[in-house]
Amino acid sequence: MRNPQRTEKIAFFFLLLATLLIVVPVGLIIVVIIQKGAPAINWQFLTDMPRQGMRAGGIFPAIVGTIYLVSGAILFALPIGLLAAVYLSEYAKDNFLTRIIKLAIVNLAGVPSVVYGLFGLALFVVFFKFGASILSGALTLGIMILPIIITASREALESVPYSFREVSLSLGASKWQTIRNIVLPNAIPGILTGTILGLGRAAGETAPILFTVAAFYLPQLPQSIFNQAMALPYHLYVISTQVPNVDEKIRYGTALVLLALVLFMNLIAIIIRYRFRKKKKW
Amino acid sequence: MRKVKEFIIEKLILLCGLASIFFVLLIFLFLLKEGLSLFKIISPFKFLLGDKWYPISEPARLGILPLILGSVVVTVGAAVISIPIGVGAALYIAEVAPLKLKEVLKAGIELLAAIPSVVLGFIGMVTLVPWVKTLFKLPTGLTALSGSIMLAFMAMPTIVSIAEDALYSAPKTYKEGALALGATRWQAIWRVMLPAASSGILAAVMLGIGRVIGETMAVMMITGNAAVIPTSILQPVRTLTATIAAEMGEAVVGSEHYFALFAIGIVLFAISFAINVTADMFLHKRR
Amino acid sequence: MKISVRDLNIWFGEIHSLKNLSMDVQTNEILSIIGPARSGKTTFLRELNRLNELERNVKASGSVTIDRSNIKKINTESLRRRVGMVFALPLPLPLSISDNVAYGAKMCGGKSKAKLKQIVEQALKKAYLWDEVKDRLETSAFKLSGGQQQRLCIARTLAVEPEVILFDEPCSGLDPISTAKVEEAMLKLKNDYTIILVTNNVKQAARVGDRTAFFLSGELVELDKTDRIFTTPRDQRTDDYIRGKFG
Repeated sequence: MRNPQRTEKIAFFFLLLATLLIVVPVGLIIVVIIQKGAPAINWQFLTDMPRQGMRAGGIFPAIVGTIYLVSGAILFALPIGLLAAVYLSEYAKDNFLTRIIKLAIVNLAGVPSVVYGLFGLALFVVFFKFGASILSGALTLGIMILPIIITASREALESVPYSFREVSLSLGASKWQTIRNIVLPNAIPGILTGTILGLGRAAGETAPILFTVAAFYLPQLPQSIFNQAMALPYHLYVISTQVPNVDEKIRYGTALVLLALVLFMNLIAIIIRYRFRKKKKW
Repeated sequence: MRKVKEFIIEKLILLCGLASIFFVLLIFLFLLKEGLSLFKIISPFKFLLGDKWYPISEPARLGILPLILGSVVVTVGAAVISIPIGVGAALYIAEVAPLKLKEVLKAGIELLAAIPSVVLGFIGMVTLVPWVKTLFKLPTGLTALSGSIMLAFMAMPTIVSIAEDALYSAPKTYKEGALALGATRWQAIWRVMLPAASSGILAAVMLGIGRVIGETMAVMMITGNAAVIPTSILQPVRTLTATIAAEMGEAVVGSEHYFALFAIGIVLFAISFAINVTADMFLHKRR
Repeated sequence: MKISVRDLNIWFGEIHSLKNLSMDVQTNEILSIIGPARSGKTTFLRELNRLNELERNVKASGSVTIDRSNIKKINTESLRRRVGMVFALPLPLPLSISDNVAYGAKMCGGKSKAKLKQIVEQALKKAYLWDEVKDRLETSAFKLSGGQQQRLCIARTLAVEPEVILFDEPCSGLDPISTAKVEEAMLKLKNDYTIILVTNNVKQAARVGDRTAFFLSGELVELDKTDRIFTTPRDQRTDDYIRGKFG
């Protein structure tokens, strides 16, 4: 057999190459977007309404629309997701039903985003007659990020040491009292991390909002949840593919704003997770 | 009084626990509701195997074989690229990389996972597509190959992180035994760790492919829009996902076209369901 | 007679942990329970405040009564207040010292802040901890030493005004001085409470217990006054264990 040390050197080289093939382009992409998008970013770009089919003006309504949608999504997904996580962590027994619930969560996480768009269309827009609206879009996004919230919250709850629960119960507290006073408060950083990651995901998705809420150009900001809204991801899609002759820097600028928003949220989530790990008292 | 309040809260918790099952069923139900109406008009066989997709012609031809094949070509291409690179990167990060570098690399990959697909589609459009066009001297760079490359890229975080988990949780004793017998680190990785973590790695690959099949925006922006049966990877194709996204805007609610798009949705849902259940089985088999 | 156990059997899955246990615990006595590992001592203790019910796959038969009421028929939460437990490792909750002590009392409900403060002070005094912590009640309980934390756990249990206190190897992680303090507290507490002490330390059982019980492999081998057990035990196995012939 040939020299195994040499084989190892060659193999490790290729492994490193593979890793760099992934990581380096990420860095390049971010650098390019910043470089080409930064010139477009100014106060006017961020706060002005679009003009001339987006060849001039700003992206303010898209930013506002994204904020509305994301807020609506989390308003729906957080309570349900958190309680579902409490169920799985504190009440569920090791039986068939629990296995099915976990399978359902895995499946919700795996459904293609465009299928969520179809679902949102069929249920909220058509069946409930909400029409293409912030309500339809937010609810669709909410169901989509539910698995993220549930999984992160569950991990946070399960990381609270079992002994705390036993001590609380042995002092005469009820199960719910134990959860509310001991388990939940100590799981908050993890829950917060999951929530912010869910927000980031909801902010960046296009397909679920294509048929449920998004409009390319609205003359005014949405007045109610039954109105349509603009949104950053959809806006980027349209000015990249449907509208000719948009200045390159506006496209990059929009991409930069969306990217910055999403990455910023992820960064906050990571910081929370990191500081919590350091600060853990037990 | 407290007892009553607690009783209600605990029932609410149970309800939310069941919510995920409820939503999966609801999605399936509504897809069926709209999609099955199609099969009153044409048979499932003609739908799945018909090779012409002209939804707006009179009469409409609604065969999704070109779309299925479009998805298949792009997915297979993405798999061929992403599996060796993804598993290789996972091996590097899990077994070879020094600790500090490991954290940086993991952060880089998490970063990639966070980038919205529309942003990647945009970048692909302005960099990858022209590059493919010049490299292969094609009339357009909007091809299945461009899609495969970008999708392979997007599948990486899934593949790398789950495969890395699998390698991390495989028992260290196997590796240590091999090293104690004089094997090099590479031999221990290749002959011992990899097989030991194989079901987890398989699951990682499946979930990565599942992600690829379900991807919409990036695909829509860089694979072109030709709903014809692909004969080579260097031509424009149309995937199942892109079809729904591109055409739903024009389809009238309640029309044949509308039902057909939902029927495509059923196909996609079924595929992702199958992949997720199987991958989950592999992940649990390990334990 | 405070607690009465008749024909108690406990299974965890296939494992028969306690076999046909029958015994009585007298009011205001300290009952020591000794025996090697896996003899069922802790299982027995945890049955008395129904903590075993938290485990999976547990089955029990027979009866346990406190003041003649079957513990399975009493409301679980009030039973656990009547029968308190101090665990083997000091387990403060992630709260301040005073919140730790007040926790059980607060969960019970209906007590004003002033009343809680009073309860905390009294409990800490009974556990011989008040002087050491009275100036830093709001600091985290984790800042205390092991011995102090264990006395905190005793105070915490005392604050809910139990009738019985179960000690599950409470000094196993403690240095001799802290151990002595805990034993001193136990002896004083006997006047107002019924105490059951499970311990791996045979000498501790001799120091502290009025009566001693010897468990082996899930069975009660012998139960008698402590000085009788340690001088003239009736069963050879008891004698062997006390002499350290096995352990």
